[in-house]
Amino acid sequence: MADKLLEVKDLRTYFYVDEGELRAVDGLSYSVSKGECVGLVGESACGKSVSALSIMRLIPYPPGIIVGGEIIFEGRDLLKVSEEEIRHIRGNRIAMVFQEPTTSLNPVLTVKRQLTETLELHRGLDRPAAVDEAVRLLKLVGIPDAERRVNDYPHQFSGGMQQRIMIAMALSCNPSLLIADEPTTSVDVTVQAQLLEIMNNLRKQFGSAVIIITHNLGVVARYVDYVNVMYAGRLVEAGPTEVIYGQPRHPYTIGLINSVPRLDLPRKRGLYVIPGLPPNLARLPKTICAFSPRCQYAISKCQEQRPDLEQVGDDHYAACFRSKEIRELVEAG
Amino acid sequence: MATNEALVEVKDLRMYFPVLAGLFRSKVADVKAVDGVSFFIKNGETLGLVGESGCGKTTTGRCILRLYDITDGKVYFEGQDISNLSGESLRRMRRNMQLIFQDPGASLDPRMTAGTITGEPLLVHNLVKGKEYREQVAELLRMVELEPRMAIRYPHEFSGGQRQRIGIARALALRPKFIVCDEPVSALDVSIQAQIITLLMRLKEELNLTYLFIAHDLSVVRHISDRVAVMYLGKIVEITRSDELYDNPLHPYSLALLSAVPIPNPVVDRQRKRILLTGDVPSPIFPPPGCHFHPRCSLAQDICRQEEPELKDIGGEHWVSCHLVSK
Repeated sequence: MADKLLEVKDLRTYFYVDEGELRAVDGLSYSVSKGECVGLVGESACGKSVSALSIMRLIPYPPGIIVGGEIIFEGRDLLKVSEEEIRHIRGNRIAMVFQEPTTSLNPVLTVKRQLTETLELHRGLDRPAAVDEAVRLLKLVGIPDAERRVNDYPHQFSGGMQQRIMIAMALSCNPSLLIADEPTTSVDVTVQAQLLEIMNNLRKQFGSAVIIITHNLGVVARYVDYVNVMYAGRLVEAGPTEVIYGQPRHPYTIGLINSVPRLDLPRKRGLYVIPGLPPNLARLPKTICAFSPRCQYAISKCQEQRPDLEQVGDDHYAACFRSKEIRELVEAG
Repeated sequence: MATNEALVEVKDLRMYFPVLAGLFRSKVADVKAVDGVSFFIKNGETLGLVGESGCGKTTTGRCILRLYDITDGKVYFEGQDISNLSGESLRRMRRNMQLIFQDPGASLDPRMTAGTITGEPLLVHNLVKGKEYREQVAELLRMVELEPRMAIRYPHEFSGGQRQRIGIARALALRPKFIVCDEPVSALDVSIQAQIITLLMRLKEELNLTYLFIAHDLSVVRHISDRVAVMYLGKIVEITRSDELYDNPLHPYSLALLSAVPIPNPVVDRQRKRILLTGDVPSPIFPPPGCHFHPRCSLAQDICRQEEPELKDIGGEHWVSCHLVSK
């Protein structure tokens, strides 16, 4: 597998809180190829953001600590490189776009200063060249009147425009990997469509790989090549996008897909409802399937053993003891 | 557009907020949050209200509940003009209408227990006390599928979905006829959204409620609503039956809005035609002349830049405000 850009192997990130050991990410493995768009899907607190922060080595310690695993990026294990080296990789080779542009941009610096800072630091440009480059980047992400607006402060931009600035900043060093953590959750659907289109075009233009972290199954369906579904800190299913939506094999994935209303289908009277709540990670026993308390197909084995990912098709994996028969079970009701 | 069965009716509603500036805080302009909106909601119906942030959908809901003193226009509830009610008569009217908020974390008082939050409206309106009060609180919690023994817990001890259930229980306490649901599921996880939507639909059947359902998620709105109104910059641009809006949208803005929503199925979604809107929503202080949507509309013609379109009835309960749509 020569074209693997990133390989996360058995990543475990734990937090030590009052309640005890909280296993936010507990044995996560996945990979990203060059130029690929990979989705990390799941609900709040399933560990999707923590896994991304682990790649960037941005887990606050204490209380968080990466207790095990490997993160192989461009041939090097990011968990073993020095602080100096990771700082060079961060922003330069791997960039991140966060959910809330308002809190991620510095309110007291102009957009110009925030963009040129990165360009001077990572790409060694002098000030005038950096300013020209900043304007070019803003044009690239579709900010009108970029020459003038580069002098504005973040609050003078709308939420959608701020997120464009974040994308421009992330792309300023031509990263080979862009991690977008819920990039469109706080914006309107029309702006969401614009932003995703910009990111997708830039990906095609520059060949960067993208990890989209989201709970929005529509966004995943539209842009992602390969989907990883997370639940309680672990992968429950992984596969090419068409397969995950067409023939899902884990009851959580099936429930998730069926619980959102769809614009393209006739209105139904009822939605499928996954009962109960996501588990408290600090109290979750290691020896059961974390989804079993909410799963209508659970058998006694699910309460006794934790299922591992198993291959169920071409490049398609599911962590469920009943993944072979699950489709018949669902159809039978 | 009046009908006899309308529970709520709004006629040419306007809500302007003053923009103050200078040493003496004098008024320099108006934010025209709602600028001439008319619609009705039939008894037992759910009307969806969609639009981008800042389009005035929340303000419209709050005007109906008379949480604001409206600038102009009329609001009728059960045929009675409530636009100018105040004091005791407004307080009595409010028993019939309630509000469910978006963020259950912020809308519940962290120092009150779930039971007190749920039962407070009963005490404020002096309806019951003592044993009967406790029974009613327990009954309300059961209605939203919470256990009555949870009444002694505080909001932080509940999950987001459970907190939203408490918000719903409180809204139901006075047995209202009409509830404004303002983005009730936007802050929740996907699996919890389905639970709350299902709960709201069940309660509506059981208690014969009428909803104004405000949300930006079009798939959710379509699922729950009988009719849907699309708002843009303080005005309604299209209003029709839920299925009709999705099968046969006529206003260019509705079309763009619908095509922006990704469908959670890669095979279907990647074949759809997409209309990308350019730019942002203009400022409601100085809305563009003519049709408010024309600067972002790919079909705009001279007439759109000069004349403001009217909301026209094109038959089949379908109303559109666009110069280019004819009967």
